[in-house]
Amino acid sequence: MQGIQLDLISEARISQMASMEKVRYIIDEVRKGKILVLEKGLNPMEEAKLIEMTMSAIQPDIFSGIEMQSYPANSDGSLLGKFFKKQGNKRLTVIGPANQLKTLKKDRNLISALVSAGK
Amino acid sequence: MNMLERFKVSFSRMFNKLFKKKGACIGIYGPPNAGKTTLSNRILKDLVGGEETMGSVSHIAHETRHAKRRNGLSIETNGHTISLDIVDTPGLATKIDFHDFMEQGMSDSESKKRSKEATEGVIEAVKWLDDLDGVILVMDSTENPYTQVNVTVIGNMEARNLPLLIVANKIDLPDADPAVIKEAFPQHPMVPVSALEGVGMDSFYEALAKQFG
Repeated sequence: MQGIQLDLISEARISQMASMEKVRYIIDEVRKGKILVLEKGLNPMEEAKLIEMTMSAIQPDIFSGIEMQSYPANSDGSLLGKFFKKQGNKRLTVIGPANQLKTLKKDRNLISALVSAGK
Repeated sequence: MNMLERFKVSFSRMFNKLFKKKGACIGIYGPPNAGKTTLSNRILKDLVGGEETMGSVSHIAHETRHAKRRNGLSIETNGHTISLDIVDTPGLATKIDFHDFMEQGMSDSESKKRSKEATEGVIEAVKWLDDLDGVILVMDSTENPYTQVNVTVIGNMEARNLPLLIVANKIDLPDADPAVIKEAFPQHPMVPVSALEGVGMDSFYEALAKQFG
């Protein structure tokens, strides 16, 4: 059977990895053509690191980058909320090769995406 | 001068020496083609005058491929003067495909060159996040604001507890809807502007002074 591999990765699995391991793992898997859905995504610094490393991995006609979508963090504007704010509320994140995953619609609580076999 | 006063003065000097900064260093971020360089050029035109610009602008994405810093800009508002350094950064993206440049009429080699430079520019922009005192996040108010670039930049500023000002740009266009941006990120101040036409700039400078002064 031919198709596109979709890996749903639990928080337990991703939280065992160091930041650099997570980013490396994601890039390696996405370059193999997999779509990853992380139960709880990366923190904002890890997202920035992933963007940086993705740029280093781009090669014409081989890898054009990633499509990544996560929800915006829920905001708690109260004083207590700000005081006890954890470092970036992590939420579900979907990541795949840019030539195979296309975001159709995104808002605060919905990510709608199209997955294709790519070029 | 008694001993207590001498202590106060020397402590004050020491404190100033240790912590005095010339001005906050503010990065101008956003996705490609949101109008970052147009806003930077508008700021220079308003605050400095003359022909000085931060960079050239183009409808083709990734026109800015190196960060450019301008030090010592002064803003006077409500009787106060604040000093800022601004950094115009290349547009952030998670993908760069040289075919997109070819569709804009560039040759194969030009497109690949621009693509390579654009990836380097994104890396430079990400690295600048570590050295800033705050961010102006420029969004195109005709586009969906929930892009990953916007989410990541806002997340980074919140995690670092650094101030952020959202600029809803391109309000001169008929499809502009800055209210959608405010609704998407209600926890941060937002100013609607047209950097191209110079509309809303007074409110922008007031918000700038309030956030980063």
